[in-house]
Amino acid sequence: MLHTFVAYVEDKPGVLTRVASLFRRLNINIVSLTVGHSERPGQSRMTIVADAPSNAGGQAGDRIRASMYKLDDVVEVDDIGRSPSVTRELALIKVAATAANRSHIFELVEVFRARIVDLAPDSLMIEITGVESKIEGLIQVLNETEERVLEVCRSGKMTMRRGKHSTGVLRAMGINGPEPPKPEAVQDNFADNI
Amino acid sequence: MTTPEENNAHLSNSITGPTRLTGAEIIWATLVGEGVDTVFGYPGGAILPAYDALRKFPIHHVLVRHEQGASHMADGYARASGKVGVAIATSGPGATNLVTGIATAMLDSIPMVCITGQVSSKVLGSDAFQEVDITGITLPVTKHNFLVTRPEDIAPAIRSAFQIAKSGRPGPVLVDITKDAQQASATFDFAAAKPRPYNPHPMLSVVDSGLKDAAALIRASKRPVILAGHGIMQSNAGEQVRTLAERMQIPVGTTLLGLGSFPASHPLNLGMMGMHGESWVNDSIQQADLLIACGMRFDDRVIGTPATYALNAKKIHIDIDPAEINKNVKADVALVGDLRQVLEQLLPLLPGRDGSAWLNQIAASKGDAAVRDIKNLPDSGHLYAAHVMHDLWRITEGRAIVATDVGQHQMWQAQYYRHDHPRTLITSGGLGTMGFALPAAIGAKFASPDREVWCIAGDGGFQMTACELATIVQEKLNVNIAIINNGYLGMVRQWQEFFYDKNYESTPLVSPDFVKLADAHGIPGLAVRDRGDLEAAVQTARGHQGPFLLNFLVEQEDSVYPMIPAGAALHEMIRRPGSNASHNPLLERPEDQ
Repeated sequence: MLHTFVAYVEDKPGVLTRVASLFRRLNINIVSLTVGHSERPGQSRMTIVADAPSNAGGQAGDRIRASMYKLDDVVEVDDIGRSPSVTRELALIKVAATAANRSHIFELVEVFRARIVDLAPDSLMIEITGVESKIEGLIQVLNETEERVLEVCRSGKMTMRRGKHSTGVLRAMGINGPEPPKPEAVQDNFADNI
Repeated sequence: MTTPEENNAHLSNSITGPTRLTGAEIIWATLVGEGVDTVFGYPGGAILPAYDALRKFPIHHVLVRHEQGASHMADGYARASGKVGVAIATSGPGATNLVTGIATAMLDSIPMVCITGQVSSKVLGSDAFQEVDITGITLPVTKHNFLVTRPEDIAPAIRSAFQIAKSGRPGPVLVDITKDAQQASATFDFAAAKPRPYNPHPMLSVVDSGLKDAAALIRASKRPVILAGHGIMQSNAGEQVRTLAERMQIPVGTTLLGLGSFPASHPLNLGMMGMHGESWVNDSIQQADLLIACGMRFDDRVIGTPATYALNAKKIHIDIDPAEINKNVKADVALVGDLRQVLEQLLPLLPGRDGSAWLNQIAASKGDAAVRDIKNLPDSGHLYAAHVMHDLWRITEGRAIVATDVGQHQMWQAQYYRHDHPRTLITSGGLGTMGFALPAAIGAKFASPDREVWCIAGDGGFQMTACELATIVQEKLNVNIAIINNGYLGMVRQWQEFFYDKNYESTPLVSPDFVKLADAHGIPGLAVRDRGDLEAAVQTARGHQGPFLLNFLVEQEDSVYPMIPAGAALHEMIRRPGSNASHNPLLERPEDQ
């Protein structure tokens, strides 16, 4: 089962190793991991998507989160779970294409709201952002046509809860008032995001 | 005119405000500021600047014979005192030799700070002589670690290390300090190096919602059992647990590391649970309708297998570490927080109850399994380890601090030496580290110089760290040593007997004459073969001023009973052989109660 965590960590050498080492120790595969500066000085923001084995039980998310809190450099961890959130991934896709068959790719790119960011005599590069399923959809149709996908570079998922300061931690600390009623879980949907 | 020593001692006293010091001096000044008076260590190239500055500070350095001994001594010191133990080693092999001791402390949540020298920051990562990435190596076995390359970072790192080591769920912290950071100078300001305050987990908020549920479960339960763990000692909650047990008439089973947290002689104490726990404790747990886990983590040696563990019982799990909740056993109510504080909030919700029906049921179920009074057992003159443990308990009146190693003797000690007081049993529970007992006993002696300290080790484990006998002599320590010598790696032999068709591969053990080995160190000793000589030998050791070694040559193929085979259910114990089994005199007969 996939779990998505957003973590604020100290921006120091070795922190990535500590976080990654924790997942390794728990024998949990990291599906994707993105790190970058956050709005907080001296703290980085990580989005970690992890595939916890089903035998870890329904509480796997809680346990991973609690274990992450044990790391001294981890400031805050949020388990996004199925809460309303916006998820994006960026991908660069290089496709073999010549002047003869470019126009077909342009059409696909238009449909997927992607962009051409580089054009060479025998190849072109597509930039696409969206949810995982959208990116995989484009790669799939590219593979189904005669154009060859030469390279794919994907950023991994970045996730942010919808609405104002909605992390569970702030609620638990009573900073953000009582827990708001939980809206219907919103499924990531290809059609919504395209 | 003052001697150089007096001048130097002055340095430590004269530091009242910000002072210009070398990094090496800052290490010791910070330790003094943290209240450290004893450290266990071994010098070497990359830590030499620190050792050069040591004489200026009022800290006693115990020179060990192997760095593993240093980390176990710091561990034993911490377990006996409740304070943070400190070990020091040089870079490379010095640092890697600490690792077993660090992992031992990690698994048992022991507050410890290890300081290692590191090669100069200019050559870091170049495979310099005696360079090893010790912060990388110890990443999974420390609570946190630091690599310090600048003198101004030393005091904040060490102060943070102490804070992290003792806050929340305690654990070991390593501070790796490069040689150039020790040699360069910086302004030392102890107060300014204060670490950021310890913030309890945001997840600790679970407590509020769970208290009422927990109280309701306790009030409604008919067959409750308290599971008393190491956390009771860590949070100093012995009194609160006792109040809970007495007020609600709840029987108490303890884990191995929980021995002493609840008095063994208390009528509500059932004894030790788990793999080699008493059968009636494990049976009570299996029949219980409520388990109240106090500072314990449902280790696999305690639960057998989660699929069969206490299936009829609701579980209230009180632990300071949220990561322990639902890890091995699913909790119905989780109270995450400091045990003492949680119980102080919980107790006002519990008015008291009559638990006699359940207590009587347990008493009846003890039946023929309840014999522990070895004095009345058939005496063939043979010496059994159980005799040794029982007599040591009787003769020391249960007041000694006992450090045990790992294996059969460890279990016999846990079964037959009754611990009424916290911090009197020092043993490696989680990691099961052979070679732990002797150095841990040395550390405990430094923590409690006025207490009687016994090291009890098997003939196998003792030889792993026997070099520390020299440390005992150099430090003129009064530590008594009992070797339970059966000529085998006994616990492994027992597993081979039970589960590997008695294929005693690589478990028979040829050992030196331990009495002569002690003699070579200037330590007197006695070999004891017969039960009749036991008491006199123990009294001789106790009466001797200074260390004394007793080599108990016990029955060779004795086994620890009862036993839950690994992965089996708690009620599927292998019981003691019946009266028709001739090889074991520790029979269980109801008339011996």
